[in-house]
Amino acid sequence: MSDQTDGRLAGVRSALLSIRPNANDGSLTGTSGSSNTEPPEIAAASSESESVSRQGSGADSSASAAASTQPDAETTTTSESGSGLAMPAGDKPLGSPRVDNAVIEARDLDVFYGDTQALHGINMDIPEKEVTALIGPSGCGKSTFLRSINRMNDLIDVARVEGDLHFHGKNVYEDDVDPVALRRKIGMVFQKPNPFPKSIFDNVAYGLRVQGKDDNVEENVLTALERAALLDEVEDQLDESGLDLSGGQQQRLCIARAIATDPEVILMDEPASALDPVATSKIEDLVEELAQEYTVAIVTHNMQQAARISDKTAVFLTGGHLVEFDDTSKIFENPESDRVEDYITGKFG
Amino acid sequence: MSTEPIDLSRNGNDVGTIGDRLARYIFFGCAAVTIATTLAIVLVLVNGATDFFSTVSLTEFFTGTDWSPRAADNPSFGVLPLVWGTLMITVGSALIAIPIGTLTAIYLSEYASSRVRRVVKPTLEILAGIPTIVYGFFALSFITPILQQIYPGTGTFNAAAGAIVVGVMIIPMVSSISEDAMSSVPDSLRNAAYGLGATKFEVSTQVVLPASLSGILAAYVLAISRAIGETMAVTLAAGALAQVTMNPFAEIQTMTAYMVEIGTGDASVGSIGYQSLFAIGLTLFAMTFLMNVLSMWIRSRYREEYQ
Repeated sequence: MSDQTDGRLAGVRSALLSIRPNANDGSLTGTSGSSNTEPPEIAAASSESESVSRQGSGADSSASAAASTQPDAETTTTSESGSGLAMPAGDKPLGSPRVDNAVIEARDLDVFYGDTQALHGINMDIPEKEVTALIGPSGCGKSTFLRSINRMNDLIDVARVEGDLHFHGKNVYEDDVDPVALRRKIGMVFQKPNPFPKSIFDNVAYGLRVQGKDDNVEENVLTALERAALLDEVEDQLDESGLDLSGGQQQRLCIARAIATDPEVILMDEPASALDPVATSKIEDLVEELAQEYTVAIVTHNMQQAARISDKTAVFLTGGHLVEFDDTSKIFENPESDRVEDYITGKFG
Repeated sequence: MSTEPIDLSRNGNDVGTIGDRLARYIFFGCAAVTIATTLAIVLVLVNGATDFFSTVSLTEFFTGTDWSPRAADNPSFGVLPLVWGTLMITVGSALIAIPIGTLTAIYLSEYASSRVRRVVKPTLEILAGIPTIVYGFFALSFITPILQQIYPGTGTFNAAAGAIVVGVMIIPMVSSISEDAMSSVPDSLRNAAYGLGATKFEVSTQVVLPASLSGILAAYVLAISRAIGETMAVTLAAGALAQVTMNPFAEIQTMTAYMVEIGTGDASVGSIGYQSLFAIGLTLFAMTFLMNVLSMWIRSRYREEYQ
């Protein structure tokens, strides 16, 4: 296990020196029939077994068990369509909302807060090991969508979700899904840095301990801090409170905490909005690095940030509608929707 | 650029200014009444206790184990039996109220839906509003008979019934103040833990509880301080026999119960029995005062800083 983590760390370091490969260039066909049903399945199975072996312990058995049942569920759901899950024509956003390496697929997702509908029929995919940006004006539902992916909305009494949200083909809103197991696969970084009132070390170790990954805690903590580009700054003060760090450092601590348990997906809810420009740029660099190992979905209302760091961009407008989803370059250079163009160019919002 | 001078000078005849000063004096006056009362009480206690201690030595009072102030020929003023009675009630009630109150607070703060919380919390606080004499009667007529069935040697008046009923009485204090402390832990901390795949139990015990520890400990201390000072319920339930005993089913007397007995009885002003009230009152005051200081110290010392 230690060799593997070291290896991965080295991988990140060397990758830093190289130019980031652009994984997907327009292969969004999805028309070549049943052979396309395989890739997501394989991705699910292989990444799952990889993470299980990496954990080295069966403590996370609920998540593993849930994952092991996935292939069956997936063949039944995906056999109906070409690639991934079919999207209803009615609510389909403009652009190319389907990707062929989807990890997360939202289908007709509605979210209500009491009587208010916060999201209307969201249909979009989130591709594996890429950065997907969710942008839009305040109150457009982008954070709500992000929080519905790992079922953080469950914690709000009045929140209600309808429709499907598939993670590796499994609808996470089915009754047999344990949100705790789901959140162990899908980590989250919040808008305001929220370290625990504990030491820096214990902050990062918390997820490991909660998830029963008790082997090599120290090593995993250091690795996570290193990958979050924080280790150099805090190496000598691991026993001091996480709250003594600066805002930017706190947010990188929260990122380290999220990646320490090695989730598959990292959700970021405006992670740099409370930070100064220097700290923001560090976070942005970090997000781009993380996308080599993890699937990242990031909410931001900073359009330059979305343009800089994301591969795909989803534009939410007015009251919880997803208007357009496409490659980031397409969204920023030549969006299909006039409203998106107006928003991007700053005519409103 | 405007050159017209603006009048910003203080206008002594202005009604607003006079009203403002008047309000200030009224507010200060009200605050002063509280402080003056406290000082007066302390002065009266110290004054009366001084008379008492001119007859009885401090050593006898604080180390004596026999409290028989009305013995005709040789009255004895060792306060320890009364302190012991108070301690039995205090410790016993804390053993009941702290676990139940804390778990109630966790339930209300972390598990209950807002609808349940809206009903349960006020209901609990009603418990705190029941007159304590009612609690005492409840102990005498309900708890003691049950105890007598479980353990036949239980006296009509016994420490256990007193401790139980005082424990029930201070549960709302523990749960309500603890719940306030837990609710004030910011949701961002809970979200951080939930986001890492923590269960509700882990979030409650590993994140919320430590983060609100100062408030919870302060609640404990305040509740204990209330138990020390509790009077009517223990007078009725635990009895009036000052003795040092380990048997919780035996009759005891607390400091407060003694004060009721003498204060409402036939001790004539100036007698040694009357003076002993002041000595005991001062001791009681010192104990609760220390507990309150401890509570304040805990609040500031163990406050975990979170944004």
